Order: sequence, then C-alpha cells, then structure tokens
Amino acid sequence: MEIVVCISVVPDTTSKINFSENNTKFDENGITFIINPFDEFCLTKAIFIKEQYGANITVLNVGSSKNDPVLRKALAIGADKAVRIETNNLEGLSVSKNLSKYIKENNFDLIFCGKESIDYNGGKVPGFIAAILNIPLANGCVGMNINGDNITVENEIDNGIQVCESKKPIVIAGQKGLVEEKELKIPSMRGIMMARSKPLEIIKAEEDFENSIELKEFELPKEKSECKMIDSENINELITLLRNEAKVL
Amino acid sequence: MCILIFAETWNGKLKKSSFEAVSYGNYLANKLGLTTKTIIFSGSTENFNLLGFYGSNEIIKYDSIDLESIEDDKLANIICANAKNKQAKHIIISNTSRGKSICSKIAFDFEASLITNIVSLPKNHNPIVVKCKAFSSKAFSFYESKHEKSILTLLPNSIGYEPNETQFTVIEGDLSMATSSTELKILREEKNSSEISLTDAERVVSAGRGLKGPENWKMIEELAGLINGGTACSKPVSDMGWRPHSEHVGQTGIAINPDLYIAIGISGAIQHLAGVSNSKKIVVINTDPDAPFFKSADYGVIGDAFEVVPKMIEEIKKIQDS
Repeated sequence: MEIVVCISVVPDTTSKINFSENNTKFDENGITFIINPFDEFCLTKAIFIKEQYGANITVLNVGSSKNDPVLRKALAIGADKAVRIETNNLEGLSVSKNLSKYIKENNFDLIFCGKESIDYNGGKVPGFIAAILNIPLANGCVGMNINGDNITVENEIDNGIQVCESKKPIVIAGQKGLVEEKELKIPSMRGIMMARSKPLEIIKAEEDFENSIELKEFELPKEKSECKMIDSENINELITLLRNEAKVL
Repeated sequence: MCILIFAETWNGKLKKSSFEAVSYGNYLANKLGLTTKTIIFSGSTENFNLLGFYGSNEIIKYDSIDLESIEDDKLANIICANAKNKQAKHIIISNTSRGKSICSKIAFDFEASLITNIVSLPKNHNPIVVKCKAFSSKAFSFYESKHEKSILTLLPNSIGYEPNETQFTVIEGDLSMATSSTELKILREEKNSSEISLTDAERVVSAGRGLKGPENWKMIEELAGLINGGTACSKPVSDMGWRPHSEHVGQTGIAINPDLYIAIGISGAIQHLAGVSNSKKIVVINTDPDAPFFKSADYGVIGDAFEVVPKMIEEIKKIQDS
C-alpha cells in the first residue's frame, strides 16, 4: 500500500504570535516550528497501518528549506521518504494543486492530511485535493479501518459521528481520535540515525497557478480588560453580573 | 447574479448559524444591488417564514432529500449546480462540520475563490475583503478575493444576525442536480447524547482535572442544563477518558465561541485558550489564584468547584423559580 501524509509546518502551540512589516508578515523571530499537530495524528496512523499491513509512507510538504528539519523528524518517526515541493507560495489552492499533482503522478492509495493547520486555520486543503482528484473526502476523521478493498471511516459531524465506507484512494483529513495523543511517536535515537539515510527529495513547484485570494494584513485581538474577581461567598453577585452587566444569562 | 445561501437544518429545524448566513447574504446583496436565493432541505412553513424574516428573496427547497443522510459530495454538487444556474456572485455557507466538508469542492467546481472562518461583515464589498480567524484565535487575518465569484464560510456565533423582513417566493429545487461524483457511502450516524452541539451552543460549561473524577460531572451537567448550554472539558480530562473526545475544547480539540464560557477547575494552558478565547464572556472558577486562565477571564472566582458550582445552581434556580 502506498500512503502519503501531507505535512504542514507550523509555529509551536505555545508560540506568542506577533507580526512585522506593518502587520502584513508573521514575525518568525524566536518561533520554534513543528509538524502541524493534526498532521502528526495522521502520520502516526499511517505508521500503525504500515506495521499492520505493510506500506510505504511518503511525507509530502509544500514550502521552503526551513521545513526540512521537520521533514527529517517525520522520517525519524517512521516515514520512508520525504518530498518537499519548493515554493514560497502558500496560498491554499496553489498548495493543493501542487500536492495533487504529485499525488496523482505517484498513485497513492491513502492520502492523509490534518483537518486544518493551526496557523492559518483555513481547513481547505483536504477538500481541494479530494475535489481536484475527484476522490472521496473523510473530513474531521476520528477513526479509520481497512477491510480488504474497503475503507471505513468515522467522521466528526456537529453533534456526533458519521460512519462511512469508501474504496481507495481516499483523502483522510484527520485529527485526534485517529490515534490517541499518548500513541504519538517520539523519534528514537535509532530512528534519527536511520532518517539520515532516507531520501528527502526536493522538487520544483508549478508556479503558474493563479492565487484566488490575497492576504492583506493581520490583526491581534484586543487586550482583555481586567478580570473582575468575585468572592466565593457571594455567588449571587456573579449571577447578577452575568445577567445584568454581561447579559449572557 | 445573486447571493446564494445554504441554510443548514438539524432535525428539521434551521440552525442559528443559518440565520447568520441569511442575514450576511442579505447585507451583501443590499450592498451589491443583488437578490438572495437560499437552499433548504427541510421545507416547513416555519422555516420559510424564518428565512424570509432574515432576508431571503427566493427559497429553493429540496423536500425529498434528508440533509442528514445525503453524502457531502452530492450536497456540494447540488449547491454548485444551483450556483451555476442562478449565476451566484457569492455563496454563503456556515463554517460548521458540514460547511467545512463541502466548501472546497464547491469552490473548485464553481471556479470561485474560497475564504473560510469569517468573523465579521465585509470590510470592503467589491472586491470583497473579509476578516477571518487565524492562528487558532490568537490573531485575525484579512483576505481579499481575487476572483469575481467567491465562497464565504462564516464562523458560527461570530457575526450575529438581524431581521430584514422580505417578501419571498418558494420554488422546487432541481433534483437532477443531486448526483454523486465519488464512491463514499454513509453507513450510519451516531449522535452524541447531548442535545446541544458545542459549536452551536451559546453557553458552555467546561471542567478540567480540578473536578477530580468523572463521577463529579453531574453538577456540571446540571448547571449546563439550567442555562441551556453544552458541556465541554479540557484535554487531560478527555485523554484520561473521563469525558468523550467530542467534548474536548482546545487547540487539538474543538474550537468554540459561545457568548458565555464557564471554565471550572481548568488552569488555562495556552493550548486550551486557543480553542475558547473567542468566547464573548469567560468565567473562571479555580482554587489556585495564580491559574493563568484568570488573565483571560472576564469574571473570576477563587474557590473550590464543589462549593461554588452548587451555589451557582442554587442561585440560578432561585431566579428561574421567581
């Protein structure tokens, strides 16, 4: 089985977010970059599938060379091969077209990607890949099983779970639940050594895709006003404030 | 040209996020001198009247299709075919689970731009510029559409809605548009026990490790029930299996933005805040006066959940009884 895990490289979850150049650029000063947490659940699931059924796992990224340490880490965790499509254009549709082109040329059975990236939160890429390749999408996937040629997926819907069945290939837009947090893999020393000899291929992006949207600027949320403290003996005051001042009860 | 809106229903009733979508569509239509057309799958008089009340000029109904059991690609094909037939300028969809699953396909097939997670009315109408959630609510981004046509998805409970009472007509949707393009089949649905979906809830009561064990959630459920809210939990609580994953709010869980978020026995790690900081008012109850969550709260109580929560229940009951 051929599995591809699309990986986005994002600021660490504890990052303080700042902008530069008149709020038009994300300030990368002092930021540690990590594998997008939703993609990490997918990568771990791919490794479990490999252990159970046998598979080749390719991790696929669109971006610049600053992403290579994260791709090396994915190789150390257990991917067999990494491919980076070199470009600075990270607009969702262009990224999806570049990913889809590679996926189509290499005939993958399972296409994993996180349900969204924790930086731009667009959540568009999985759906775009499925639409471009005209294959099914399991969005917000929290469980997946392989039964011969059939794939059963459990997708999160607004008030529950939807269980679906599909043939391969399928795009699985995963999140926690696909594997548990405690099952996430940390690279071992042996894994890190082995990763050095695994291929990290760099290919040139198709650059003539026209961007459909343009990022104009960023804005930081307004500072919260001071927290009003209420004595635990005066809970009626809290309820009164919530009703009359905040008007939320 | 028109503004096309997809009005989502749940158990036959319009979701509140659909009022927001119709109201947003009506606002844009007025600015651009267009009319609104709304697609709905549960065609009751009550639903039609509500759609008209919030500003729908034309309602396209698909009565014979059950929205909850139709596959995403079929739904996307229906919306896309209507968009082509009716020459939609913009398509407004709620950024619900359903909306997220169909928006990319519609944008790709309709050759429109796609902007998701919109949190306010447009900053500019032509070309359209909108404000969106970014960095897991730690910031906002402004996007401009570079296409004539666009798909706009609205983060529920962010923009609000207002009445724009409109004369409306109802037409039958064209069923020949309901085609499937892939081989995904829905086998079954498993609904959560709670009636209120967290992403829709106006009020959410959430608890963390401070509650000491799953057996202590009764009072959380009771408080949530009294204020017609949903129940949620922190990551450690769902990791330990005290509560289902579907209740985990935070960076790797569900992101919510209710009017009121009550956090009980949750310290407020940055990853938790990423999922809840868009809440309009936050109440934090914690025994530790140094809990970082107090810095992001509007109202704080330093105290033991097992004393404070029963008192809250008692006070709210007093008001509701009087």
